[in-house]
Amino acid sequence: MQSARFSRYAWMAVGPLALFLVWYAVHLAGLVTPKLLPSPVRTLQSVWTHTVSGGLGPDFGRTLWRTLQAFGIAAAFGVPIGIVIGASEKLYRSIEFLIDFFRSTPATAMFPLFMIIFGLGDFSKIAVAAFAAWLVVLFNVAYGVMNARQTRILAAKVMGASRARIFKDVMFYECLPQTFVGLRTAVSLALVVIVVAEMFIGSDDGLGKRIIDSQITFDLPQLYGTILVSGILGYGLNLIFLGLEKWLVHWSGRA
Amino acid sequence: MIKAQRQRPVEAPEVASYPDLRWFPPGTHITVRGLKKAFDGNPVYVGFDIDLPKGRIVSVFGPNGCGKSTFINMVAGLLPIDDGQILFEGKTIADTRIGYVFQNYREALFPWLRAVDNIHYPLRLMGIPKAERDRRIEELVAGFDLKFDLHRYPYQMSGGQQQTVSIMRSLVIEPEVLFLDEPFSALDYEMTLIMRDQLQKVLVARGVTTVLVSHDLEEAVYLADKVLMLTRRPSRIADYMDVDLPRPRDPSTLTDPRFIELKARTLEVFQNAVRAS
Repeated sequence: MQSARFSRYAWMAVGPLALFLVWYAVHLAGLVTPKLLPSPVRTLQSVWTHTVSGGLGPDFGRTLWRTLQAFGIAAAFGVPIGIVIGASEKLYRSIEFLIDFFRSTPATAMFPLFMIIFGLGDFSKIAVAAFAAWLVVLFNVAYGVMNARQTRILAAKVMGASRARIFKDVMFYECLPQTFVGLRTAVSLALVVIVVAEMFIGSDDGLGKRIIDSQITFDLPQLYGTILVSGILGYGLNLIFLGLEKWLVHWSGRA
Repeated sequence: MIKAQRQRPVEAPEVASYPDLRWFPPGTHITVRGLKKAFDGNPVYVGFDIDLPKGRIVSVFGPNGCGKSTFINMVAGLLPIDDGQILFEGKTIADTRIGYVFQNYREALFPWLRAVDNIHYPLRLMGIPKAERDRRIEELVAGFDLKFDLHRYPYQMSGGQQQTVSIMRSLVIEPEVLFLDEPFSALDYEMTLIMRDQLQKVLVARGVTTVLVSHDLEEAVYLADKVLMLTRRPSRIADYMDVDLPRPRDPSTLTDPRFIELKARTLEVFQNAVRAS
């Protein structure tokens, strides 16, 4: 059992280690000019020094905080509105096109508009990310409600549950698996939009700002390092949400 | 008397053969009078009358699509009726405590609750305090001879176990009437045999009026005190047969000459009903 688990983790490490080695080999062999591809060791060193003294930590924190704020707004508005929309097929049909349309519109295309409306401050970035994430939450929650198992609702009804009880005791749980799919997608999307917004909507801090600065100063170890850190942030958020989902929606995919 | 109507053409007004529809035999629990139902203009019931006895098991059997499930769903109040009257000892469905067991146990149980909490749920809806709920569930469990743990989630259980939990959930409120819609059709034969006997034991012990839809002739006869056989749409009574086999019935009943005779008769009625259309 223990060795099986060990072997599982060992295999999971093979891919990243291989990438690291290939990267290192390409660098050593000089296949790509060091200007464009610093060694992985230099890159990790850069991450380390910037974390210790260069403000990478606070930038990470800022980006995380903005992402969470955008996500919070998206969830706070998306879940209840999604439930209301999903509960009425006519309402859903009437705005289905709008949801799909704005979901398909690149959030980045909204930047200038949001800058005009909300100014150049932090809230402008958070708002555009929240808007994009909100649509994802909304759509998934509504979908979850619409696809609630009719038998379960009928079962509650036959046991004498009122409409309010059916909503609270059945509908809420029924749409929870799909809601979590929406929340997980939303937090990833919010991070993407926040990082891009930090690059192009005037910003004083954040990982996006650091990436753009590294490009301008041609500090490639820092550029690569910050990309890695952004990846860690995105992967970590996804991991946390997967964990939450597994814990809170234990029946997902099994019933 | 009821059997006679099988021969009459569909157009004949049903009501004519019953001078007084308010009359019903003693020991009747559910009276259905002048029941009408159509789906998109296609009539399924055109003035249907029947009496279902109290404390007995009635199985409903008939050709595919004859409206068996439609019938119990209307009686159980899950499906609105177009016209007619369904009374439970004079009361309407709203004043009657019922239990309903769905064919699809997987989609009828709440997977976010443990099995035992699924059984608690209807009692909680009735506002019964925890101590009393625990007492009732303990009493119910005693009658079931369970070989599995109720503190697991439904998705951790086998199909038979899940349906047992479903049946327990419907019985825990001590319903006046229990409805079962093809409860064992999703189970394998071995499990079906076990479940039939368990259901029979519990229902006979509790004396609850039961309406069971079955698509299995053997099961319909085995479990029932009366078998209601329906024709093709629009549904009429093809036969309403008494099953006078002694209880408790067990797998040896399946080879009993009387059982075989009753089964043969139901099969004949069934085949006539299929051909008649």
